[in-house]
Amino acid sequence: MVSTVVGAPVERREGLEKVTGSARYAAEHAPPRRVWAWPVPATVARGTVTAVDTAAAMEQPGVLTVLTHRNAPRLAEPDDATLAVLQNPRVPHRGWFVALVVAETLEDARAGAAAVQVSYEPEEHDVSLTMTHPGAYVPEEANGGYPAATEQGDPERAFASSAVQVDADYRVPPLHNHPMEPHASTAQWDGDRLLVHTSSQGSTAVQTVLAGLFRLPEDGVTVVAEHVGGGFGSKGTPRPDVVLAAMAARQTGRPVTLALPRRHMPAVVGHRAPTLHRVRLGAEPDGRLTSLIHEVTTHTSRIKEFTEQAAVPARTMYAAAHLRTVHRVAPLDVPSPSWMRAPGEAPGMYALESAMDELACALGMDPVELRIVNEPETEPHSGKPFSSRHLVECLREGARRFDWAHRAPRTAGPLRIGTGVAAAMYPVLVQPSTASAGACPDGTFLVRINATDIGTGSRTVLAQIAADALGVPLERVRTEVGRSDLPSASLAGGSSGTASWGWAVHEACTRLTARLATHTGPLPPDGLDAHADTAGQADADSPWARHAFGAHFAEVAVDTVTGEVRARRLLGVFAAGHILNARTARSQFVGGMTMGLGMALTEGSTMDAAFGDFTQSDLASYHVPAHADVPDIEVHWIDEDDPHLNPMGSKGIGEIGIVGTAAAIGNAVHHATGTRYRELPLTPDRVRRGAGF
Amino acid sequence: MGDSQHLQGERGGASASRHRTDTTLRVNGKPHQLTLDHRRTLLDVVREDLGLYGAKKGCDHGQCGACTVLVDGRRVNSCLLLAVTLDGSEVTTVEGLTGEGPTGDGEQPHPLQQAFLDRDAFQCGYCTPGQICSAIGALAEAAAGHPSRVTDPRAPSGRAVPLDRDEIRERLSGNLCRCGAYPRIVDAVEDVIA
Repeated sequence: MVSTVVGAPVERREGLEKVTGSARYAAEHAPPRRVWAWPVPATVARGTVTAVDTAAAMEQPGVLTVLTHRNAPRLAEPDDATLAVLQNPRVPHRGWFVALVVAETLEDARAGAAAVQVSYEPEEHDVSLTMTHPGAYVPEEANGGYPAATEQGDPERAFASSAVQVDADYRVPPLHNHPMEPHASTAQWDGDRLLVHTSSQGSTAVQTVLAGLFRLPEDGVTVVAEHVGGGFGSKGTPRPDVVLAAMAARQTGRPVTLALPRRHMPAVVGHRAPTLHRVRLGAEPDGRLTSLIHEVTTHTSRIKEFTEQAAVPARTMYAAAHLRTVHRVAPLDVPSPSWMRAPGEAPGMYALESAMDELACALGMDPVELRIVNEPETEPHSGKPFSSRHLVECLREGARRFDWAHRAPRTAGPLRIGTGVAAAMYPVLVQPSTASAGACPDGTFLVRINATDIGTGSRTVLAQIAADALGVPLERVRTEVGRSDLPSASLAGGSSGTASWGWAVHEACTRLTARLATHTGPLPPDGLDAHADTAGQADADSPWARHAFGAHFAEVAVDTVTGEVRARRLLGVFAAGHILNARTARSQFVGGMTMGLGMALTEGSTMDAAFGDFTQSDLASYHVPAHADVPDIEVHWIDEDDPHLNPMGSKGIGEIGIVGTAAAIGNAVHHATGTRYRELPLTPDRVRRGAGF
Repeated sequence: MGDSQHLQGERGGASASRHRTDTTLRVNGKPHQLTLDHRRTLLDVVREDLGLYGAKKGCDHGQCGACTVLVDGRRVNSCLLLAVTLDGSEVTTVEGLTGEGPTGDGEQPHPLQQAFLDRDAFQCGYCTPGQICSAIGALAEAAAGHPSRVTDPRAPSGRAVPLDRDEIRERLSGNLCRCGAYPRIVDAVEDVIA
């Protein structure tokens, strides 16, 4: 028996390319005669383009063409309305692209875009979300296909008659994904064949969408996403850059690169929609919940319904006999929201876990113990048994490692120091995928699957899975990922990538092993291969409630002079099935917690009511955590042996790190200061304003 | 300059020839004579004219640090420098950090590049070349006695500043990493100091 490599801290296979600068990202493929595109964003929040004067732009040196809704190639109608770019004169929100300049150089394209004169017939706009917005309605489904509203028992009456009550509103502002690599695409046509390099979390989906838009057979479109500079949900589906690059390349007959300027991104790549929460918890004096009501109000755009499913975690977390969750969404003249790391869970668990802390304070109970006494037997909403749930173990292990027992708040000069805890959860998602595995005459094995490596290390972990399934040393396995002409696969999103791709790879390798077992003599020159398709298997309904769980502990120092909050310690313990690569998994957990730290303390965007755009549209104004903000982050995990998941026994790990971090930090700020803040982020101005010091 | 290359700073020839100046840059030890559009940044020169795509464009506004390279040994945001102003400068990009292997038969990563690999100090890799160039610049600044915001004000001036984790964090704060590899990056930088 070959010793197992699954779980080992194997180094990422593309690491050397990344540290030496030879890894190529989407805008870095430079076919001969390549030219550049630069978009022109709308400067009104709602209205109609009445004229586009391109004369001055066309006089700029190097400008080849200006695409507008009048002359751009006609696309088939997309399912995703955000991709119907330059098809009509409507402006659904500020920042919507109304023209595209194509020029010989970047400088020419930028100057050309600045010279385009667009006239509008503006209309009154409304971009301001309130909890009582008259346009808000309960949709059929929230993001992820969850029912928008659920109710069991009589939660209002149970709440009213409960011994201890918490009734609190929380606010999470719009947030931006801001991967370090801007959305970028390089497109080139060869007759009716389209080749694009694009920054995407899943190029199979991009291929399907482009084939539809340009009315091409799917095998006439090849989409490559070899290295992707982060996505965090914003590259989960094709965005306007890839459509515009393909249009511009078709129109000019030249290969075209479009890399979105950073300041254009918030309006066109999706954002985490703001969520306004009302959470009501009713409990017995011993802490047991009798009623849990989580109501969420959020916004979407006029062209696409996207409802951040922030009340969904409350259906799974705690044993409350009376439970109500509801989402309301108000269509406004805002950019279309979309996925950002742990959509739903990240803001929803901020609210729920803050409310649990408030309840613990109201009860005079330890917040770790409060969560433990509310541990459910089965999933509260569905009644299904959990395939595995080790939240209590995460809380206890974290408390021990964090020295939670000695957590009394203290003062050090102007600093107030406190600690907080919050639980984390993320559902197990898995999608059908296909893969092939081949045995080569030279003794190596080749695994092919259109997985995407957005920084998770998928090449590496898939090779580990394959090596174990084949029973061969890791060095003999090669992996090919990141091209749509490989066997089709699901996207790197919903923390589902490794489970989905790994399942298909495992299946293909198992079949190959069986073929090799019956094969006699030397391998044919082309080797032997086997294919797998997990449709019907990976997406089969499960009788189990399947989720990863975790616990966050935070220590903060609040400066009573400046109002600055600094995280001094963050510790997370996670239970997410088997961890398949200890090295890269740790990086993902730490990365998620770091983004959660940003959500807690620095990240926040504002819809400007007058102009209808995001005020914080670049990295100077939208503060993602920097080195100096981030303390050493401690991550541990509890290995779970769960046979109800997939052949590897793994749960997703890409998102759970961000879930709960902000609540743990907010709860620590309360512990330190005695002040309960209910709106993120906890910036110095806000902390000073609300402070009792 | 026998091994120098003369490159048209802008390809395609359809651009006007006004506002262009002959400029010489020495990049990773190799001289390049370029005729540069005055609007062209150093970042776009190394990427688009010289094909050195290791320097990354994250924001194009000096806000993220992904484009950090060394100019005459000092770290700079190459997206903020107009290349035409750098005539005669020595530029080092991440591609210029690797050395010949001990047997002369291939590239040997710089010790800091190796430390990034050893510590898994990156995920998507897009900020990584900037982080590495910035750290090399920061180490040189500390060695030259440049204080940072967190340096003890009582430290004697002009002497090398020892870099603890807080110093490293402070000095690298111009380089954003959205994947959240910061603690590992600090580990990697500590490795090359030790």
